[in-house]
Parts: sequence; structure tokens; C-alpha cells
Amino acid sequence: MLTRIEWDWEPGSREIADISKWQTQFNWVEEPCVSPNGEQVAAIVNLAEGEFNVCVNGKTWETVFDKIWHLRFAPDGRPVAFVSDTGEWTVAVDGRTWTHKFGYVWDMMFSPDGQNIAVAVQQDMAYGMALNDVIWKKTYSNLTNPTLSPDGSSTAATVQVADFGEGEIYKFQKGVFSVALDGQTWDTAFVNVWKSAISADGQKLAAEVRLNLYDYTIAVNGTPWSQTFDCVWEPIFHPQNNAVIAPVRSGGKWLLAQDGQIVWDRNFVQLWHPMVSPDGNTLAAIVAPKYGRWTVAVNGRPWSVTFKDQLSEAVFSPDGKRVAASAKSDGRWTIVADGVVWKNRFDRVWPPIFSPSGETLAAKIERNGRYSIAVNDHIWDQVFDAVWDPVFSPEGDKILLRTLNNDRYVRHVVPVEEILH
Amino acid sequence: MAEAARKEEKKIIDEGLDVGVQNLTEERIEKVITRVLKGESGARLKAYIETCVHCGLCSEACHYYLSHDKDPQYSPVGKVKQTLWKMLKAKGKVSAEFIKDASEIASTQCNVCKRCAMYCPFGIDIAYMMLTVRRICHLLGVTPLYIQDTAHSHAVTMNQMWVKDDEWIDTLQWQEEEAQAEIPTLRIPLEKEGADIMYSVIGPEPKFQAQLLYQAAVIMDVAGVDWTMPATPGWDNSDMAMYTGDNEIMGRVKRAHFETAARLRVNRIVMGECGHAFRSVYDMGNRWLGWRMPPIPIVHAIDFYYELIKNKKITITEKFKEPVTLHDPCNVIRGGGLAEKARFVINAICEQLIEMHPNREHNYCCCAGGGVINCGPPYKMTRMDGNRIKAEQLFAAKSRGAKILIAPCHNCHSGLEDINHHYGLGYEVKFISDILYDVIEKPS
Ligand code: SF4
Ligand code: SF4
Repeated sequence: MLTRIEWDWEPGSREIADISKWQTQFNWVEEPCVSPNGEQVAAIVNLAEGEFNVCVNGKTWETVFDKIWHLRFAPDGRPVAFVSDTGEWTVAVDGRTWTHKFGYVWDMMFSPDGQNIAVAVQQDMAYGMALNDVIWKKTYSNLTNPTLSPDGSSTAATVQVADFGEGEIYKFQKGVFSVALDGQTWDTAFVNVWKSAISADGQKLAAEVRLNLYDYTIAVNGTPWSQTFDCVWEPIFHPQNNAVIAPVRSGGKWLLAQDGQIVWDRNFVQLWHPMVSPDGNTLAAIVAPKYGRWTVAVNGRPWSVTFKDQLSEAVFSPDGKRVAASAKSDGRWTIVADGVVWKNRFDRVWPPIFSPSGETLAAKIERNGRYSIAVNDHIWDQVFDAVWDPVFSPEGDKILLRTLNNDRYVRHVVPVEEILH
Repeated sequence: MAEAARKEEKKIIDEGLDVGVQNLTEERIEKVITRVLKGESGARLKAYIETCVHCGLCSEACHYYLSHDKDPQYSPVGKVKQTLWKMLKAKGKVSAEFIKDASEIASTQCNVCKRCAMYCPFGIDIAYMMLTVRRICHLLGVTPLYIQDTAHSHAVTMNQMWVKDDEWIDTLQWQEEEAQAEIPTLRIPLEKEGADIMYSVIGPEPKFQAQLLYQAAVIMDVAGVDWTMPATPGWDNSDMAMYTGDNEIMGRVKRAHFETAARLRVNRIVMGECGHAFRSVYDMGNRWLGWRMPPIPIVHAIDFYYELIKNKKITITEKFKEPVTLHDPCNVIRGGGLAEKARFVINAICEQLIEMHPNREHNYCCCAGGGVINCGPPYKMTRMDGNRIKAEQLFAAKSRGAKILIAPCHNCHSGLEDINHHYGLGYEVKFISDILYDVIEKPS
């Protein structure tokens, strides 16, 4: 795998594939996806009834399958899909299938370097997870909320640890759910276990749990916080000190808690998606300071600007000094960074992306059914039928853009200056 | 207002109520009632209680009251009197048996249909008060068993029917394959990020009514819609936790739904023919989470079919011949204002619409909604006896020639099937999509 610095950063445009040709070759071509470095475009293609393949830059994989779904490029550039052959499902990486076959396979997850691929699996109604073709030793009668550790070396999921029949509400309320880390459950079971997170060192697992129908808390390695709440949302780990941070609800309001203690001095109508800056110094979350108004709170202080409809995908700049998010009011999208709103409005905007230094902010945008990118509130003057998220060069002075026009997939490298002129 | 004795002594056995009350203490009851009435329901409830002059004008609105020969205990205000007022008067000092009765009344003798609110000179929302009673009963652990089980399903799977994560995707792929026998290039696009529309359904569709997924896929395909369905939880728009008073689970389920649509970056969510789900995404669930309106616009199936027909995205080859009548689901007609659009759609696809009376926002409730049908078999007769008036209304439409009963809501559909059989009305009950699928032009 080439590192980002080794990608082709020479400014200019290069056509990689003409997908219209594929359309004449196959019955149908499904939604294309592109590799992170933009050098490959791939799609699931149908050859005949019950015959599918994956076409990458015009070349199909060697094996034809009965059915293929969920084709994605791993961060290291390998195309990965779920494939079925004679009723059995598995994972195919670059056209090569895993040795294990399953009744069903879903929820594909990648480590940031793309080396680890995890999935949820079911065989004969027994559920587990598989990481790089290695299956959990234990299986369970149900599995939800699968997750992968930050480095991709461990998997976890909520699992059902005792049987109960439909209508057996009191058995259910005794607690039949737990969470399994690499297949091993905690000793404790809960009424519900929802999303979990694995610490950076892989040693801790935290999950949102319901102790009975009314009391919610966070459990870490099987032990619930001593404080309970009226509701909680999913926890995260502080990347440096392993503290567990989660939104909690009390007295009809949402607060932010760390290891069971309230850490922000004010409450919110809503508070979710907490995040810690890469340097570990700043804590931010998406909040509704008032009913029907959304913004970001940084270290407990909400921005003064708020949005009516939605605010999603808040991100820190790599140096942790800036925060940006996409936001919508009255059906129009925009970008807000450090509490300052872009003047441009869009029909849709995708999650904003910071340059490595944090100085530049780019996002994929849509206007009148056409797609482009905007950088620091400047809209690029070129539009396309489809665009993928922009990628900054390691120096942040260029942007890799992957676009589709009239079924021609083109890879562009554009100096940031050109967009900002 | 006279208080007549209830005609029939009911002996309903429901473990959810019977076992639930065994764990209650008077202190716990008082604490929970105070928490809800003082802390949660606050000003709105207080205003309703203080404004009501006990005039009984709301009584004539309620199908339970009309169907029980105007027994005042079944009147809207009568139900409040037997539950909330007593709790307020006694300052929460009520017995466990009282809670059991209150739960049965609030959960199975009121469909929270809000018809009575239109008849009250002050617009008092009795449904809100019945939901407050359900909330209290939930916090006390005294909820009918079947609907409690459904709330558990929501909590575990984020859907209503214990459908497992893989079963959902598998069912979509199976329906896609089935539909490809009819239209070889048809797809149910899974996880298509950036599609215009996310189509969302309710739990029973993958579980028992997969043909509805098939029909929807054909309609989407024929209309050339840029659509997707998620391959993760969050696909189910329904919400029985909303009706058990488990607001926290309601919020969790709605968050999953909206965040799934947000992840797929769709412009709109189009939902199937379901009424209560509309209420939960358009009113109760979104608001509990802090959204005044849904964060992503929600389009009910009726509205969507209207748009497809109006914009000529689909062509009607030949209208459905048999005379139909139309039931107006409370949540989308009274609650969502879709009465005229529903009629536009029916008139566009059917030769003859014979209106039942009353109709539109004044139509009688199906007696299944508001979670009542989800309380299960123990209460089937509660629904049948409680909606004789609907049977009479349907019979009148039948005698004017209607043969098919269209019910564009899952709960209404199932509830009216029961009424139809119980009273021997002889209708065939259909969704709009059953007919739409039949009459649209498809590639030959
Ligand atoms: S069933 Fe409808 S009309 Fe009757 S009390 Fe409840 S909300 Fe009012
Ligand atoms: S709710 Fe309204 S109509 Fe019913 S008794 Fe009270 S004031 Fe009268």
C-alpha cells in the first residue's frame, strides 16, 4: 500500500475509466465506489440472472458469484464485498474469498489503515463476529451493535446470553444481554446493552446499559458506574487517559459525564456525539441548548449560532484547535466552523474535512442536482454528476478529487489556490 | 353526568398487569405519580385539568362511548375521571389495584385518536392525558404484556418484531429477487449513500408482509425514484414504546431512524402506509429528542403516491373496478392533514369511491390504533365491543355499494380486518399500494 505522500499529487486530471462501456458489457452496473487514492473505480455488475461480479477499472474478478452486495474500498485500497456462492456467504477481498463461509455476513468495518476487516456473521442462527477470517470461538443467539477497536485488532458486540421466548417479559427484565469482547462476554448481564467502545490499548470495554426498565448507566469491563440516569447515550474513551465519557439524562435534561461524574457545568435539551480532540485537551459535543436549536458545545460552551433542522458530523482539526460541522436550517445546508457560519448555502453538504494544518476546510456539496466541492466557503467552478469526499495532500496545498461526469470517472489533483482564487 | 355501571364485568387476564402490580408499594406509586405530574407533564396537563368544565361534549366523539350505548365510563372525560383525576385528587396516594385498572383503561380503552379534542370547546387533548397515565403505569411496571414485549423488541433490535439484523437484509434481498422475476433489472438499492429518498417501513413488513416490500420496490422502480433502504437497524419507523409511555426507548428508536437517514445523506424519508409511525417520527419521537420538526423531511406513503401520480411519474393503465370505501387513519388524516390527497390518489386509481360517513378528519377510529391492538388477544373483544359504531358505519357504506375497504395504515388495516370478520361485513381490506401496484403501467 502506498502512503498518502506517495500518491500521485501532480496537478491535473486523469480519466481512470469510462463506465458507460461497462454498461454495454453487463446487464446492469451498480453504484460505483472509488479507492481512497482515486486510482480505482469499482462496481458490482450483473452478468445474467443470479450471476454477479465486481468490475474494477474495467476488469472483473476471476470468480462469478450468485450474489454480491456492499462493495467498498478498504482504506488501504483493496476492494471488499460480501459474496454468496451456492447459498453460503463470505467476504471477498480483491476477488479472493475468506476460507470461512457463513449463513449470512454483514456490517463490514475497517481499521484506519485498512489492514483489519471485521464483520458480523451468522451460521445456523448462531451469531458472532469474524476478524480477518478468524471467527469468535463462542457464538450467541443474537448479536447487535458490532464495533471495532481503534486499531482494528479487537471486535465487540452486544450479545444475547440466555434464552427467552416471545412474551416472556419478566425473564427479559431479569437481564439476558451482555457484551462480548473478541467473543468473551462479561460475567454480568443487563436488561439492555447498546453501543460499546473499546479503549485504544484494547484493555477496556465500555457500553451503555439499562439495569431495569428505568435506570440507565455506563458499564466498564462489566461494572456499572455507581450513578444511574434516566437515559444515556453511547460512551467514548479519552484517547490518552482511558477515561470514559458519555452523555447522561437527568431531570429531563442532558449532561456530560466522565467516569460517572458530571463534567460540564450546564445541561442541554439534547447532547450527543461527544468527541475528544486528538491532543486530548478539548471536549466537544453536538447539543441542543434550546428546544429545536442545534449547535456544537466546546468544553461545555455552546456556540452562539444555532441551527433549526440538524447538525451532524462535527470534526476536530488534526491539531485539535478547530471544530467544524455540517448544519441545516429551513432545509438549506451549510458549514459552520468555530461558531462562524459560511455564507454559502447548499441543497446538501457532506461532512467537512480539515487540511492537515487545520487552516483549510473542504466539503462535498450539492446544488440543483449537481455536485462539486467548496473550500473555505469558496465554491469550485466545476460541477459533476457525482463527487466523492475531497482528500487533502499531506502538505494541505492540493486536493484530490474523484468525480464522475457522463459515466467517465476522473481523478483530479487541484491546487487549493485554484479553488480559492 | 350520571355514572352508569359498566355493562359487562370484564375478566381479562393479563400477566403484564397482574404480575406488574405485585411489585408495587404505595410509596413507589406516590413517588412516580408525583414525578410525572409535577416534573414531566407540567403546565400542559395543569391547563387541561383546570380548563375542563366536565360538560361531556367530547363524549359523542368517542367510538367506545357510542359503541357502549353511551356508557359515561367510556366517555373521554369519564376515562380521565377514573384515572388521572383520582390520582391528582389523592395526590398520588392510590392503590396498586387502582393502577392496574388505570393501566387497562388508558392502554386498551382509548386509542389516543384525538377525535374528542375536536369536539371539546377548549380543544382539550384527552389522548395526551391517557398517554400520561400510560407513562405513569410504565414507570410502575404495569403495562399489558403483549405491548410490553413489543417495547422490549424495540429496545433490543430497534424494530417492532424481533427482526434480527441479518434477517432484515436477507428479506430485502429475497424480495428483490422475487421482484426480478417480474422486472429483471429491478433493484432494492441497499445503503446507497446520497440517494434522494430513504424508504422506511414497519417491523411486520419483513416479518409477515414481505409482499408490501415487493410492491414498494416495483412502484419505486417504475417511477424511476432514486431511493435506498438501510442495511442496518434504523429501518423501522414504528414505535410501540411511544404508546407504552417508555419515552426513553421511543427516543432511542427515533434517534436510530433519523441518524440512519442522516448517515445515508438522503433528502427525504418516505414511509409506508403506517399511521402511528407517522405520529412517532413527525410529532412525538422527534420532539422528545429536541427536534421541533423531523430533521429530515418525512413523506407519508399517501403523500408520496399523490406526488408520483400528480407529477406523472407513474401511469395508471386501467383503474380498479370494484367500488371502494376509504377509512381515514387518525394519525395521518386528523394528525397529518392528508384527507384530500388520499382522495386524489384513490380517485386516480379506482373507478368509484363511496365515502363512508362521517369521513375525513371526522372519521371514526379503527379501535386498533394507539397501541390497543398491540395489547394482544386478551383485548380483542374490547376492540370489537368498543367499535360497534365503526361496524355500523362500514355496513352503511357497504349497503351503498362499497366492496373494498381501503385502510392506508397498518394498525387500521389489522383492526378493520377484525371488525370485518367479527361483524360479518364481507369487505376485502386493502392497502392503497395493493391497488396501486396492480393498476400502474409496468415494463412488459
Ligand atoms: S379513543 Fe379517541 S375519542 Fe375516545 S377518548 Fe381516546 S382519544 Fe378521545
Ligand atoms: S374535555 Fe372538553 S368537552 Fe370534554 S368534558 Fe372537558 S371541557 Fe367538556
